[in-house]
Amino acid sequence: MQANLRVRRWDPDGDRTVRYDEFTVDLHENAMVLDALLDIRENQDETLSVRCSCRSSICGSCAMKVNGASTLACNTKLKDVTPNGTTVTIEPMGNMPVLKDLVVDLEVFWNKIHAVKPWLQPEGPDPVREYIVADEHMMNLINTVQCILCGACVSDCTVMEVDPSFLGPAALAKGYRFAADPRDGHKQERLETYAQPGGMWDCTHCYQCVQVCPKGVAPMEWILQLRHEAEAAGLTNTNGVRHSQSLAESVKESGWLDEAKLAMDSYGALGDKMKLVPIGVRSLLKGKMPKTGPFHHKRPGADHVERIFEELEGKHS
Amino acid sequence: MKYAFYPGCVAKGGAPELYDSTLLVTQALGIELEELTGASCTGAGVLSERNPELADTLNARTFAMAEKLGLPLMNVCSTCHGVMSQANARLKQDPEYLARVNKHLAPEGLEYKGTTEIKHLLWVLMEDVGPDKLRAMVKQPLGDLKAAPFYGCYIVRPSWVLGYDEKPQRKHYLEDLIEVLGAEPVEYKGATQCCGFPILTMNRTNSLTMTGNHVSEATAKGADCMVTPCPLCHLNLDGGQVEAAGVVREHLDLPVLHLPQMVGIAFGIDHEKLGLHKNFVDTKPLREKITGRLS
Repeated sequence: MQANLRVRRWDPDGDRTVRYDEFTVDLHENAMVLDALLDIRENQDETLSVRCSCRSSICGSCAMKVNGASTLACNTKLKDVTPNGTTVTIEPMGNMPVLKDLVVDLEVFWNKIHAVKPWLQPEGPDPVREYIVADEHMMNLINTVQCILCGACVSDCTVMEVDPSFLGPAALAKGYRFAADPRDGHKQERLETYAQPGGMWDCTHCYQCVQVCPKGVAPMEWILQLRHEAEAAGLTNTNGVRHSQSLAESVKESGWLDEAKLAMDSYGALGDKMKLVPIGVRSLLKGKMPKTGPFHHKRPGADHVERIFEELEGKHS
Repeated sequence: MKYAFYPGCVAKGGAPELYDSTLLVTQALGIELEELTGASCTGAGVLSERNPELADTLNARTFAMAEKLGLPLMNVCSTCHGVMSQANARLKQDPEYLARVNKHLAPEGLEYKGTTEIKHLLWVLMEDVGPDKLRAMVKQPLGDLKAAPFYGCYIVRPSWVLGYDEKPQRKHYLEDLIEVLGAEPVEYKGATQCCGFPILTMNRTNSLTMTGNHVSEATAKGADCMVTPCPLCHLNLDGGQVEAAGVVREHLDLPVLHLPQMVGIAFGIDHEKLGLHKNFVDTKPLREKITGRLS
């Protein structure tokens, strides 16, 4: 099959301008994007820089943006990303500085991984033999241990794009992997660290990391799980916990959200609550009267919602 | 064409203009809506973080109400849509789980069999009504208006829960709709990114920077307005635009329309009734551009 590729180029030793080069390759039907890039390097332009190793989606070296979404080039079929003869665009990962062409500097990524102390910190005397852990304690960790540290989630994280200090999906999922390991003795300390500004509460739930992870780790799901664990561990003095608790209370009591109360409850300090005054005033001036009148009240059937809450509260699967 | 209508909390609360414009547009298309007045909040992804089974049970209750009416469910919020789609997928794929959930619905005389179809208004317009009928309804073509689509995360990701594998055209329904109404879609990176609303109270600077960046990028690409199927995105993009301008230190002044407001304008529906005066960023220059050109 023939396929057209548009590849982002940048050379620190060249004229340092970004350009997109177009290439056409002729490869077999099941060729991967990485095959195409290596073919280009071998036969058309030996200056093209690509990082890769195993070609089996195990080493995590060849993550890059294919048509705007990060993925492993070795695990992405060329024909799937060039439907009807369209040109595929290949770019380096985002949220990390480019070293050359498709190769990025992963130092940012590794610094964040190191920041969550990604190793077991057991307490007490060493066991005589190996640690024995029941299967059910490891079930929740299966996804997170599948991470191959490729950086795709960090590349596409919408928070890191505006705030490089965010710990990010890979590091927080890795943090969960150790915080939830029964052999680890520093769960509380880990949760306290991960709950700091720039940690678990800064995730927006945007699902980018879930979408792009080539190994099904679903980092966001584990960030949400960390939040649950943090609240259970008594780390409740955050706007995130206040927001979550207020939302649950509002639905439990009335069946739906009391938006104004939710916003007020989420802020702990009075000074922060005052930040809501302008939007409140603007809403009034615009005549945004709720369809159900000025005061929040129960939805029909709210008693059943409250009953369901009472039956299931305290249960967390 | 009839749907069980799930308006969600914001359309009934902070964004009444979304509720009004939805009713007007569906009415114009001859779509009947039976509102699920007793349905609860979906939990907006926050409740499922606290207690997944509780959130799924509340959503199963809503799906059972629609199922009882024998109608597909229509919502008008990307967040509600995503949360519902995920809950529905979990309930449908695990009969034991569904049976456990149903035990909590029984006292109310409800049971969810797993047959309810969940559709956002955007999908109803593009799949059930169809571009041809929409085009025929246009009385006020939007002409050379440039509209920047803003989807909202939950109607885009995870794509496998939202049927994108079977219907890849869902990726560009907003752009398609903008074209059907006679306007030009603006291509920009922000269209499928996060508006920042979910962390507004957790990290206000990050939240408003996201909004500021998207509005700024759309403006730079020549957009006359943004259009979104998500009222939560609307709260940040429209309601938070003044504050976002301060955070990104740029002048921002881009009207943000709810999806049915844009459709309603093209259908020639009275602007006052569509609640266009209730949007935070003044929509008057936009409306003058559309109507002035034709007068």
